[in-house]
Amino acid sequence: MASKIIIPDFRKTPPVDQVGVEERVARFTTRSVKKSSKMEGLKMVLSMIDLTTLEGKDTEGKVKQMCYKAAHLHDVIPGIPTVAAVCVYPSMVKTAKEALKGTSIKVASVSTAFPSGQSTPEIKILDTKFAVENGADEIDMVISRGEFLSGNYNFVFDEIASIKEACGKARLKVIFETGELSTLDNVRRASDLAMYAGADFIKTSTGKISPAATMPVTLVMLEAIRDYYYLTGRMVGMKPAGGISTSKLALQYLIMVNETLGSAWLSNEWFRFGASSLANDVLMQIAKETHGVYQSSDYFSKD
Amino acid sequence: MERLEIQKTYKIFIGGQFPRTESGRYYSLKNKKGEVLANICQSSRKDFRNAEVAARSAQSGWSSRAAFNRAQILYRVAEILEGRKDQFISELIVQGSSSAAARVEVEMAIDRMVYYSGWCDKFQQVFSAVNPVASSHFNFSVPEPTGVVAVIADEKSSLLGLVTAIAPIIAGGNTCVVLASESKPLCAVTFSEVLNTSDLPGGVVNIITGSAQELHTHFSSHMDVNAMVYYRDDKAQIKTIKENAALNVKRVFVYKENIFSEDHANPYYITDLQEIKTTWHPIENIGSAKAGY
Amino acid sequence: MSTTKEIKLNFNAAWELAPAPEDTSHISIKSQYDLFINGEFVKPESKKYFATYNPATEVKIADVAEANEKDVDKAVKAARAAFGKWSKLSGKERGKYIYRIARLMQERAREFAVIETMDGGKPIRESRDIDVPLAANHFFYYAGWADKLEYAFPNRKPKPLGVAGQIIPWNFPLLMAAWKIAPALAAGNTVVLKPAETTPLTALKLAELIRDSGLPKGVVNIVTGAGKTGAAIVNHPDINKIAFTGSTDVGKIIQKAIAGTDKKLTLELGGKAANIIFEDAPLDQAVEGVINGIFFNQGHVCCAGSRLFVHESVADLVIRKLKDRMETLRIGDPMDKNTDVGAINSKEQLTKINEYITIGKNEGAEIYQSSCNIPKKGFFCKPTIFLNASQSHRIVQEEIFGPVLAVQTFRTIEEVIEKANNIPYGLSAGVWTDKGSKIFNLTTKLKAGVVWANTYNKFDPVSPFGGFKESGFGREGGLHGLAAYLNI
Repeated sequence: MASKIIIPDFRKTPPVDQVGVEERVARFTTRSVKKSSKMEGLKMVLSMIDLTTLEGKDTEGKVKQMCYKAAHLHDVIPGIPTVAAVCVYPSMVKTAKEALKGTSIKVASVSTAFPSGQSTPEIKILDTKFAVENGADEIDMVISRGEFLSGNYNFVFDEIASIKEACGKARLKVIFETGELSTLDNVRRASDLAMYAGADFIKTSTGKISPAATMPVTLVMLEAIRDYYYLTGRMVGMKPAGGISTSKLALQYLIMVNETLGSAWLSNEWFRFGASSLANDVLMQIAKETHGVYQSSDYFSKD
Repeated sequence: MERLEIQKTYKIFIGGQFPRTESGRYYSLKNKKGEVLANICQSSRKDFRNAEVAARSAQSGWSSRAAFNRAQILYRVAEILEGRKDQFISELIVQGSSSAAARVEVEMAIDRMVYYSGWCDKFQQVFSAVNPVASSHFNFSVPEPTGVVAVIADEKSSLLGLVTAIAPIIAGGNTCVVLASESKPLCAVTFSEVLNTSDLPGGVVNIITGSAQELHTHFSSHMDVNAMVYYRDDKAQIKTIKENAALNVKRVFVYKENIFSEDHANPYYITDLQEIKTTWHPIENIGSAKAGY
Repeated sequence: MSTTKEIKLNFNAAWELAPAPEDTSHISIKSQYDLFINGEFVKPESKKYFATYNPATEVKIADVAEANEKDVDKAVKAARAAFGKWSKLSGKERGKYIYRIARLMQERAREFAVIETMDGGKPIRESRDIDVPLAANHFFYYAGWADKLEYAFPNRKPKPLGVAGQIIPWNFPLLMAAWKIAPALAAGNTVVLKPAETTPLTALKLAELIRDSGLPKGVVNIVTGAGKTGAAIVNHPDINKIAFTGSTDVGKIIQKAIAGTDKKLTLELGGKAANIIFEDAPLDQAVEGVINGIFFNQGHVCCAGSRLFVHESVADLVIRKLKDRMETLRIGDPMDKNTDVGAINSKEQLTKINEYITIGKNEGAEIYQSSCNIPKKGFFCKPTIFLNASQSHRIVQEEIFGPVLAVQTFRTIEEVIEKANNIPYGLSAGVWTDKGSKIFNLTTKLKAGVVWANTYNKFDPVSPFGGFKESGFGREGGLHGLAAYLNI
């Protein structure tokens, strides 16, 4: 893009009215998704999942099992897609990469002293480079929420820009940990800041803090993406993470994406769910639509 | 040598000034003996038009004054009335009142003005509401002045009818054009002088004299008048006024109670000429917003 | 990169929602309805019936009795006969009857919602989530006032007026019936109500509900018919109060018609509300407010935000967002749970709206419509906005009562206040800004009975509703709504 992009003053990002956002969200949740559109939606949800394990007790064995599941969600029913990516700690990237060889599933790695981000800039860059060198296709960084809340927006901007540089070809997802940002105005400000600093995706949460992803927070981020797109023509992806565990809720998110950004964002190139237990619920729904009877979780592998 | 008395010229009161009627017409006011007391302006449709323009241009300024300031001005009117009490008493006597009745009327008029002065900054509190809506919104309703009010005042009293009509109107932030008693018009001009020396902005109250039979159709058909108040009992006039009011959905109030009744000291005469405005604004508080049952 | 690709969002759904029709199998509608007078359904003296149609399909739903002067007289006599006992009943007991109506309506809510949508064309989402719950809540709210009236008016002992004649419009048929009947009953009046001729069914279902509730006979009478029936109510000598919601033209006729009488009057008439967006507003929510303001109920709303004023510095962005949002509106079968904009209420109204669209084009305003398809059968109108409208355009001055928005821009706050108020109406207004002091400045200066700040088209039983100027007088809802039915 040849046009010059002017970086705005992030102290003056557009205001957001919380009640208006809640009301808009309520409209999405009353949409009724039935029959063929439901099946289509459920499969889309599966294909957008970043299957995630981010625990201190993660082992190579656990990661390998999860990677197999990622590629073989439920082989009993034909035509089920794979998930979009697996999301692991940097130390597990190599294992995941090998386990997924021959699939189109991406490996995403959290980085920058995930989840708190409380480390030095140098270590965060090293952390990122380590993951990329081990084969990570995507980097999920966290911002320094303390600096953000103190008003040091330039610090956070520079932090994101430096990690983006360290990413090389890997796509950068920027996690705000919206549960710590307190207001939707802050969510909007963080979104603008991250996109101008080079984020390829913006992401709500680490999954370690409650509340994690919510529809209002996600809507504010989608609207920020829309405004940025209007202005620059560059598409930025969206990843709500944590707290989305039912297929009904996931479909409502898709409705929201569809009616806010349009059909171009309805692919795993531009929209992801960060989730671990969502996949099985979606599979149960698909099985119900396929077989016509309600399912038991005993028939779906837990990895 | 006997001194020749200066006679008063009775003019009308528009926009804080005392013009004669533009029509040049007058009628002679006589006492019971048939002696001419004064020549009174026979105001025309055009005088009313001018008065309405004055009232309209004074409206937003008057309604946006601090309520406390309006209260002070009404009280000031009462103070000056008190100071000119004797003049009003003698005018009433000239117009046929007994001296005892004249004193009662003037004192009631002063007290009524004081009464409404007190309401200026209180009726809003009594008649407002915070409405607990079942969504995340702060919602409140407040009275706001209707605007310009045209009044055909009581015919039987010269002063008290004017004060009774005007006080609640201006206490509520409205402005007005008032047609004074046709048979007892003398106090109208003197009262205008009181208003004019009491910090009341020009145009808030405009008082004209003349015939209700001639003017009621013009009062009620004017498209820039928001409300009409009528204190007389001519059924044909009432019907015409109400019919004409439909031209621009005027609010019409016909008050039949005796002007001397203490019930005329009553805040509902203020609220009749108020519009309730309700404002909604979101509150950042979602959890409690469910209207379930 | 040298190629400039068009920056445009695409809402042509790759992922299309399948039809999700509301279940209508549990609904019972008779093929013919009589008049509800003195607690029972009676044949009309007129011996005439008229048909009511589903505007989305143009299929006849039922025949409904047409009340003539004799029928209205019977209804008024029944109401008069019931008044004595009803007004003397203790407030506590009156209140319990009204509570019972509220509860029954909640129980039958879905049935009411489905019939409302069939008869009037509004989306089932609205009748289910807004009209019917609000109607029930209205009864519930006023029920509680019945034994507390003396607290509402300091230093007064309020008394009921007598028989109230109530004439309601077709845009919110059940809700308007509730707005009229609930406060009237709470205050101790009895009622003769006439629903609009294109949407009589939910009022007649309400009559069934009232019959089932055990409300004393004659307290509520519901007569159906068109303008002539309404005139018979207005002109009936034994009615003490007329409450009318409808057009300003008809309101003026009523005001004139009762000039020679002592009938009390409240009028809820037309509007042409300004919805004002400042540059510091939460723009995405403001756009949603604009959408709600003009496309809610197909724009058949007296307080619709039919004039949009946008600050020039954000006009392009707001209009872009507005157009994109319009693309996501789903227009069509009102019974589909995903429909946002349903059918225009009648052929007559559709013709009127289309005339205004032609006028707007001829006046030189720039038209933009949603690119959606509309059903071939039934009365539908695409959501429409006119850009570059000016104050002297008829589409800016006159109430269209349809999904048509006139967009103007402004530069200063004085300018927008002047333009917003420069209209004979004064029902409602909207203000969007993040600055509190600006909101209070505007809410004070706008001549409107309801001002929505950073929101729009919100309704609640506790919130008074009604207009300034030619939008009528009197309030409905809240404490202030009681005054319309009492001698204070």
